[in-house]
Order: sequence, then structure tokens, then C-alpha cells
Amino acid sequence: MNLTLKVWRQQNAQAQGGFETYQVKDISSEMSFLEMFDVLNEQLINEGKEPITFDHDCREGICGACSMHINGQPHGPWHQTTTCQLHMRAYKDGDTIVVEPWRAKAFPVIKDLMVDRRAFDRIIQAGGYISVDTGNAQDANNLPVDKHKADESFAAAACIGCGACVAACKNSSAMLFLSAKVSHLALLPQGDVERKTRVVNMVEQMDKEGFGSCTNTQACEAECPKGISVQNIRRLNAEYIRSVFSGGE
Amino acid sequence: MPLNSKIPAGEMAQKWINYKNTCKLVNPANKRSIEVIVIGTGLAGASAAASLGEMGYKVKAFCFQDSARRAHSIAAQGGINAAKNYQNDGDSTFRLFYDTIKGGDYRAREANVYRLAEVSANIIDQCVAQGVPFAREYGGLLSNRSFGGTQVQRTFYAAGQTGQQLLIGAYQALERQIALGNVTMYDRHEMLDIVKIDDKARGIIARDLVSGKLERHFGHAVLLCSGGYGNVFYLSTNAMGSNVTAAWKAHKKGAYFGNPCFTQIHPTCIPVSGDHQSKLTLMSESLRNDGRIWVPKKQNDTRKATDIPEEERDYYLERRYPAFGNLVPRDVASRAAKERCDAGYGVGSSRQAVYLDYAAAIERYGRIECNKQGNHNPQIDLVIKLGKEVVKEKYGNLFDMYEKITGENPYETPMRIYPAVHYTMGGIWVDYELMTTVPGLYALGEANFSDHGANRLGASALMQGLADGYFVIPYTIGNYLADEIRTKAIPTDHPEFVKAEKEVADRIARLMSIKGTESVESLHKRLGKIMWDKCGMARNAQGLREAISEIRALREEFWKNVRIPGSADGMNTELDKANRVADFMELGELMCMDALEREESCGGHFREESQTEDGEAKRNDEAFMYVAAWESKGNNQWEMHKEPLNYEIMHPTQRSYK
Repeated sequence: MNLTLKVWRQQNAQAQGGFETYQVKDISSEMSFLEMFDVLNEQLINEGKEPITFDHDCREGICGACSMHINGQPHGPWHQTTTCQLHMRAYKDGDTIVVEPWRAKAFPVIKDLMVDRRAFDRIIQAGGYISVDTGNAQDANNLPVDKHKADESFAAAACIGCGACVAACKNSSAMLFLSAKVSHLALLPQGDVERKTRVVNMVEQMDKEGFGSCTNTQACEAECPKGISVQNIRRLNAEYIRSVFSGGE
Repeated sequence: MPLNSKIPAGEMAQKWINYKNTCKLVNPANKRSIEVIVIGTGLAGASAAASLGEMGYKVKAFCFQDSARRAHSIAAQGGINAAKNYQNDGDSTFRLFYDTIKGGDYRAREANVYRLAEVSANIIDQCVAQGVPFAREYGGLLSNRSFGGTQVQRTFYAAGQTGQQLLIGAYQALERQIALGNVTMYDRHEMLDIVKIDDKARGIIARDLVSGKLERHFGHAVLLCSGGYGNVFYLSTNAMGSNVTAAWKAHKKGAYFGNPCFTQIHPTCIPVSGDHQSKLTLMSESLRNDGRIWVPKKQNDTRKATDIPEEERDYYLERRYPAFGNLVPRDVASRAAKERCDAGYGVGSSRQAVYLDYAAAIERYGRIECNKQGNHNPQIDLVIKLGKEVVKEKYGNLFDMYEKITGENPYETPMRIYPAVHYTMGGIWVDYELMTTVPGLYALGEANFSDHGANRLGASALMQGLADGYFVIPYTIGNYLADEIRTKAIPTDHPEFVKAEKEVADRIARLMSIKGTESVESLHKRLGKIMWDKCGMARNAQGLREAISEIRALREEFWKNVRIPGSADGMNTELDKANRVADFMELGELMCMDALEREESCGGHFREESQTEDGEAKRNDEAFMYVAAWESKGNNQWEMHKEPLNYEIMHPTQRSYK
């Protein structure tokens, strides 16, 4: 199939960006979306132009690096699918596809479609862990964990930190990302000790990073490639209130 | 230089205990003034950086990705082995040790593997304490599954995302140390050289991939946790950015490279669909637990899989290896698939694929569920429905991934799979302390050569990465650093830093000045094709000799004709790739030399000249029971040193899974 692509180009964080239009030909429906971009980049290199910079690594939907806003949707049209797992079967000959980077104040553009998502790392640094040093652990089976809670915890921990939730949100809120981590740890007995301080510190860091507030549109869940549930946001709110009203720090 | 593996004296089961009791320690006050550089933040790197930070060392961690959490360990699917014997099926440290040595086809070092088996149980404890949500049973205890090459259930898992969960655990521990100021994180940085002063590793040159600036970093010790080099084949299950560069720079600065030709070709990957293919996707080995592998009994059978009746299917693994069936080790399963496809029984449009079928498992699980409901005479539709739900819970994410990539529903029709490059057992040579032949330079995880011999068993890579990072290096590094407490931080205007930075800058300038006509990607693909055709699943002397001369010619072409648009002052992903591919162009030659030298078959290294009558790999212990450790002599010249492997406990025999 032949396609028209309108891609955001921006030389660096300071430069002003804009859309460029490209034509790609003979794209196979078997290709992944990023393989289609490989074809375009190869074409640009052959023409002596600079290829389009974008984040990608595992191309199996798990590392969370890829991050294209495709025709107004983070990661494109397929439900619960990262950009790298989106395949060209989703398109037909003659389509025009608009590709932008994540748009959020807390995710400044580095170049073209590549953004800086280190704000997420800093949110984790504020408390997204259990404070246990190496070598202190008891036998793993000394601590039985209810299977349903373990499964729920896992479902929250499946977040890949890609930032699609932020990109999907009209307020650029990071609540789904943050709540997934709070849930992952709050659902496990191991995470109970630091439960109150964790949620408060992480929320404080999120606010500091310039993410917006949550207004419950649930666009985050709808666009999340891993199907992280907004139930986690409910749990986050409960955790936060519990912490604040029980005299937590 | 003679190789000294520094294996402690004493009984096998006492070596590590004795080592830990007698190794030197660094007191807390001194640790605060000792700096350690960690390259890579996968399981080995993140666990090492976090643990060393906790201990009080000043750590600098580097990764080329935008966040430590994206290292390729994240993509590991199936599980992690540990000798817990929670299933009461006779597992023990010794059995894990035994299976790993045998699985590695008797080309691994006994003492290292024994230690790996010993610490395996601690890893599970540590990860659970960190909050890794492993799969559990209804009683709340941890669940296990089987993996290839073993007859016990010792694999711990988190659906098909075990690597992700373990890495997030290590990443969180690392972020905690960053928050505490014990670790400084350098993301989007690539290590481009090692700095040696007075023969010791004392730092690195790194490129900030965003600004393009070169940086000098001092460390009392440097840890390479930079993963494997499967991307030398272009198509592999590795991430696009996975590369050999850090390890290769270390190699050129004096670190010997161990068994470079030992490559793991994983049997269950989604087949190549066309020339546009940029990478291959693994379908976890755990799928072989329940899936059955088959091809049609008739050659060139073009019927749909579901139209081929049971009696016309050849379950060739069950036929050839009745004792292990579909759970034979990876090297055996891969070769068996290649054999069937080469003989004309392959399926799919390319004929380079075999079926992995879940129909029987769906029915079996469905009947169990019906029994649980007290329905002992169920309708088949109900059986299938319930069976699919069970399979979905166990392998749902893998099935979804398969469907996204191929457009076929694996709950209805068998998956098509074919072997693909997955892991490299070879790597930087290290001694028992994980130190390379350069003092102060260590290699951990897939980057080293040590524990998997000529073939790695499933669920052992995660185990090794975390063993090295959490439980080995925290002890062994102290034994070296205890003698470094008087070494003050060396200023980075030292001539050796200046010289190393200039070499890196010159090379980048040279790459940028070529301005040729062929893209990095295209040259990389050509290298990959040579490697896959001639140094892949089957190798022979003639092919390897051809490959060596073809790689030399291609390398020359690369340096004459590569095209890198843009400039080096800022983000330039083509330059990043070129830096990596230039190193693959050298590594490829060494791999072929090593494969040529080893005139035996063992594990994943199959020399066509050395096979049994029924086509199994035939080792030659008389002549080749050694680690080939290659020393770089500069200018793409190498000298091979041998570390003999002495088996004290195991009695190497021809490996049989029949």
C-alpha cells in the first residue's frame, strides 16, 4: 500500500517544530508500524536527509520505549497495543497518517518524536519501592499472599511506563502511572510498612513535575497498551485519604 | 598471560562459603570514597548498582535507553529457576547444578555453576521481599512450572512477563539508591571506551547521546553489565539497541573474550515474514510445557493445520526424544526443527516453520475444569471454552502478542514457530570473582561467558543476571577494592583519559567523514546474513572460512561507504547505530574464527563434521574440553588461550534426552 505521512520534526528541545509530509510506497500489511518507519528512514537516508528520531527498543511491547501519537491516539488505533506491536494491517492504501510525539509539559521533546520521560523515574524515586536491602530476605514462602491480591498487584505492576496515559489525558495527568505503582505495592503485605508515606511522597513528586490533575475522563485506561485499570486510581485516592487522615506524614 | 580462574580450594559445596568467609572486606568509611562504574541497567547491572549503593559505595550507573527500566531483561518471558524444592519433586542445589552443567554440554566451569545454584534460592527470597508479584497458588504460596532440560518444576514466574517483574524490582531498588544519593544515573549515555591507568581499569569515556558530548568518568572499578551480542546476526530476539560495544571496547583494551561462537538459537520464535523484518519475537519456552510441536508427515503439505488429521502429524520431538519430549533443551529442539524444515516438512508460506499446537492442552485443561465443577460428562464446547480460559490465564499475553504480529488466532489454529538467535553464552572471560583479565574490570550477566557452557537452559539467564548482581559481586568486588582504599579519585585530565577521549572522538569524526552511499542498517543486514548462513544453527569449516573473508570485505566496505546523515553534535541515532555496527563487524570475524577452531559439536555450536549417526551433536572432550579465551592483538588479530575445564564432580557423557 502507499501512504502519506505527516510527521512532527523538531531539531532539539529549543527549536520550533513542525509537520513534514512524506510519501511511502509498497508498504506490506505484514510490517509493524515501526518497520514502516524504518522504510521511511531508509528512504530519507538515501535522499541524503536526516532520518526521523523516535524511541524504540524491544519491539515486543514490553520495554515501554516506543511512544508515537498516531492520528490523535497514543500508540495508534489498536486496543491495548504499543506502537511497535501495531501492524500495517490496520491501514489501507491511500491513508494519511499523522504522527506526533507525546504532548505534555512534563515530557519535553528531545528531538522529533522522542521525548524526555525522566519525570516518571523521579516519581518512582519518591517512594515507588519497598525499602529492603539485598541479603535481608526471609524464605519467600514464609509470607503467603492471597492469590487474588497477588494477581491484582501483578496486573498493576504490568505497567510499562510508556506515558501513553499522560499523552491521552487532556490534563496530562500521570495518575494512572502513579496509581499503578501505589497499587502494586499496597496490595502486597511486603509493601504495607511504607504504605502511608509512599503515597503522599509520590503524589507530591507528581505535582512537582508539572503533570495535571485527574478529572476522571478515563482516557488513560482506554489508551493504555497494558490495560491498566482506572480502579487503581480509585485505590490511590483511598490510600491517599487514608494516609492524610490517619496522621500519616 | 596464563589464565587464572581463581577457583577456591576445597570441596565443591564449601568453595563459596569458604570464599565469603575469607575474602577481604572494605570498611564503611572507606566505601564512601570508592567509586564504582556500572555499565548497563538490566538485571545484572541494576541489581549490582543497587546492592553496591546500599553497601555504601559511590556508584555511577549508565544506560543507553531513556530509563534504566527499559534494559532488555525486561523482555524475558518465561521464568527464573531456583533450587527451592517447593514442589517436593526432588530438587536440590546439586540437581540444579547438575542440570545446568549437563544442559551446557559440559563446557561451563563447575565452581561457578555450583555457586549459581547455591544462591538461586536467595534470589527468589530477595525478589519477593522487594514486592515482585510472582504467580501464586490459592494457598498463597509460590507457583512453579517446568522448563526445558529438567525433570523438576523449579521455575518461578509472573505470567509471561517474568523478566519485566524482576527488572522492575531491581529498577525500584536502584531508583531508591538514586534518591538516597548513593547512585548517580546517566541515562541516554553510551560507553565508548575503557580507560586504563597502570594496567587497571580506572574509568570510561561515555557519549551523552542527547548532547553528543563525550564525557570522562573515573571509577576505582568498572562493571560491564551490558548484555549479549545476538544482534551481530541483525535478526534476533534482542532489542534494537542491544549491542556489543561496551564489551568489545573492553576486549580491545585487554579483556579476553570467552567462547565467542557459543550462540543460543531459540526454538520457539515467530518466523520471519519478509525482508522488512527488523527483529524477531520470542514465544516463551514455557509454551513447550503444554504445547505440542509437530509437522505434517507428508512433505510439502499445503493443507491448513486444522485440516491435517491426527495420524498424519509427526510429533517429531516426542518421537525422537521420548524421555523429555517437547521439553528437550533449546539447542536440541532448534536443530530438530531445522532438520524437519530442511527435509521439506516445513509449514507456512516460507516452509521455514513448524507448528506449536495448543489444541490438546486446551482440551486437557478444559476437562480438569469440568471435573472441578463436578461435571464428569461435559459437552465438548464447554470443555474447549473452559480450557481456553485456563490457557489464557497462563499464556494470555503471549497468545495476544502472536495474534498482533501474525493476524492469526492461536486459540483456534496452531502457532507457526521457527528458531531464532536469542542469547549468547559466550562473552567476556571472567574468573571466579567475575573479574576480567583487566584488573578492576568485571563482567556480569550475559556479558560474561561463565555459567551456561555451550547451551543455556531456559529460565537460567534471569537467575544468572541476578545472582551476579545481588549475591556475587557484592562479595568479590570487596576483595579487590580492599587494596584500593589508598587510591584517591584520579582527576579526569590524566593523560590516559585525554588519550582515550581523543581516540573516541577521532573514530566518530572518521565515521562522520565517510559520507558514503549505504545506510548502517543495510550494511548490518548484510553482516547478519553472513553470520546466520555460515555461523548459525549449523557450521562447517568451509562456510566459516568463507564467512571470515566475506566479513573482512564487508568491514572494509563499511568504513569506505557507510552513510551517516546529520552531525555528531547532538542526538544522532544513525551515528549511535554506526558505532555499534562497526564493532559487530569485528566481533563477527572472531566468532567465526572461534567456531572454526572448535572442531567439535557441543550445545548450540553444531559443526556438521562432528555428529553422531542419528544427527546428534558429537563432542570431543579429548581435544576441546576448554574455554577458548581470545586475546585481542590489535588490527583484528587475535591469540587464543585455553582454560582447561576440570570436572571434579560431573562425569561428562554424551548428552542424551532420549
